[in-house]
Amino acid sequence: MTTAAASIRKPPGYLAPAVGLGTFVAFLVIIEVCIRIGWLNRFIIPPPSEIIGSFARLFGEEHIVRRFFLTAGECLVAGTMVTFVGITIGVLMQRYAILQRACETWVAAFASAPLVLTYPLFMVIFGRNAWTIIMMGFLSALPPVILKTIEGIASTRKVLVNVGRSFNLNETQQFWKILFPSALPTIFVGVRLGLIFALINIVGTEFLINFGGLGQLINDLAERYDLAGTYAAICFVILVSVLFFVALEKAERWLRPVD
Amino acid sequence: MAETGRLTQAARVSTPAISPVTLLRVAIILAVLAAWEFLAHSGWLYRDVVPSLLSIARALGALLTDRNYYFNLGVTAAEIGVALAIGGAAGLAVGLLLGGNRFLSRAFEPYLYYLGPTPKIIFFPVMIMWFGVGPESKVALGTLSCFFPIALNVAAGMRQIDQVLIRVGKSFRASTTQMVFKIYLPAMRHPIINGVRLGFGFALIGTLLAETKLSNKGIGFLIIQTYSVFDMPGMYAMLIVLFVLAIGANALIGKLGGLDTIKRK
Repeated sequence: MTTAAASIRKPPGYLAPAVGLGTFVAFLVIIEVCIRIGWLNRFIIPPPSEIIGSFARLFGEEHIVRRFFLTAGECLVAGTMVTFVGITIGVLMQRYAILQRACETWVAAFASAPLVLTYPLFMVIFGRNAWTIIMMGFLSALPPVILKTIEGIASTRKVLVNVGRSFNLNETQQFWKILFPSALPTIFVGVRLGLIFALINIVGTEFLINFGGLGQLINDLAERYDLAGTYAAICFVILVSVLFFVALEKAERWLRPVD
Repeated sequence: MAETGRLTQAARVSTPAISPVTLLRVAIILAVLAAWEFLAHSGWLYRDVVPSLLSIARALGALLTDRNYYFNLGVTAAEIGVALAIGGAAGLAVGLLLGGNRFLSRAFEPYLYYLGPTPKIIFFPVMIMWFGVGPESKVALGTLSCFFPIALNVAAGMRQIDQVLIRVGKSFRASTTQMVFKIYLPAMRHPIINGVRLGFGFALIGTLLAETKLSNKGIGFLIIQTYSVFDMPGMYAMLIVLFVLAIGANALIGKLGGLDTIKRK
């Protein structure tokens, strides 16, 4: 997917992005007009101007910044947990070939299972609190981190491994000085994917169990039938996840060695 | 010499009846089950949070013989099927359009690319407003969830088609329809199937999560009902069946599309 995005950005020129943005703005204007002349029901789709107007209310009355930090904190805890646990499991599985051969397909299958649907189970185990939300983020983020760690270490170039051997490095040194640094860019791809899954599932679980930060705000506003507010909060969450996604991509590009 | 060679070969074929990997797998499974059973009887956790294996097996048996379960399974399967059909068709059309036209791709694909990995369940209140509280809103959420991965995969797949194939089509003066059906789609079989596989996973999650939030039928509804009446063995049974079905369907789509063969190359 990264290569696809890179190839989109390659040729210079601002016409295409301008057309994209222009279409988006035109779409909003058309919706606004349709609502004003009564073709669309404003109690189902609030006018875009009203949605933009209610942003101020989200910041003032709904304390969206505090909620943002709550969700971000949950992501941070889940992300830290998944980085340590996922990389450790990945390293162990790569180190012991038999473990990898026995469990790698399980991890891959685990990745394709609808893990987020276990949230009622976690609500029973942890209660309706932040730990349920963090665990949902953690679980969904685990498979990509494990799989990418295995891939990263396994694809270390033979030359580098031989350099380590010729310096008579012991196994710990070989791991910290050769294997881990060489695998780091690939591992980060896994961590990036994991963090995206974690954010999606954390906001989703907040919405579903009506607890915590941004997800709960959407649920709250929808239950109050504050339509413009609901749409504005959805836009805010999308904006946050897009920015998060862009930041992770930038970090990944910065980490990747220049070939 | 030849004889010994044959002998060792025969021996090699016959010994790995139980390979060390299989042994390890069985050992891991047994260890997990034993630990589970121990935890169930230890009294360390609240009763029924970790129910005994026997009660889960009993719940599983009851679930699989329950006609009501199959009705709800049918409802959910139909919702996912419709969502995948609508989202897949839309994704395929948009993907072909964006993959085939560089300008359109540069104008609109970044939106899809960045909107793809955002949480879709938060659109559920909007979907309820638009489509009501019935199965339609679940289908809508499933459609929204699976559209993005399919569109992005098709667009990326279209750009990766071997230029030689496209030139062959052009040299035969194929029309646009012929190009789509004789060149593009067959050449993009793997990215399309992969997109459908991803899309299926997203549609499944979208539909079921929506069902757990607000519905009166479907698997998601049954799962959240076991939560509200605290029927833990029932919940475990339902999650086990759901996971087996989801993983199985995912593997099946991959197998049908020949995704397992390209990995080996």
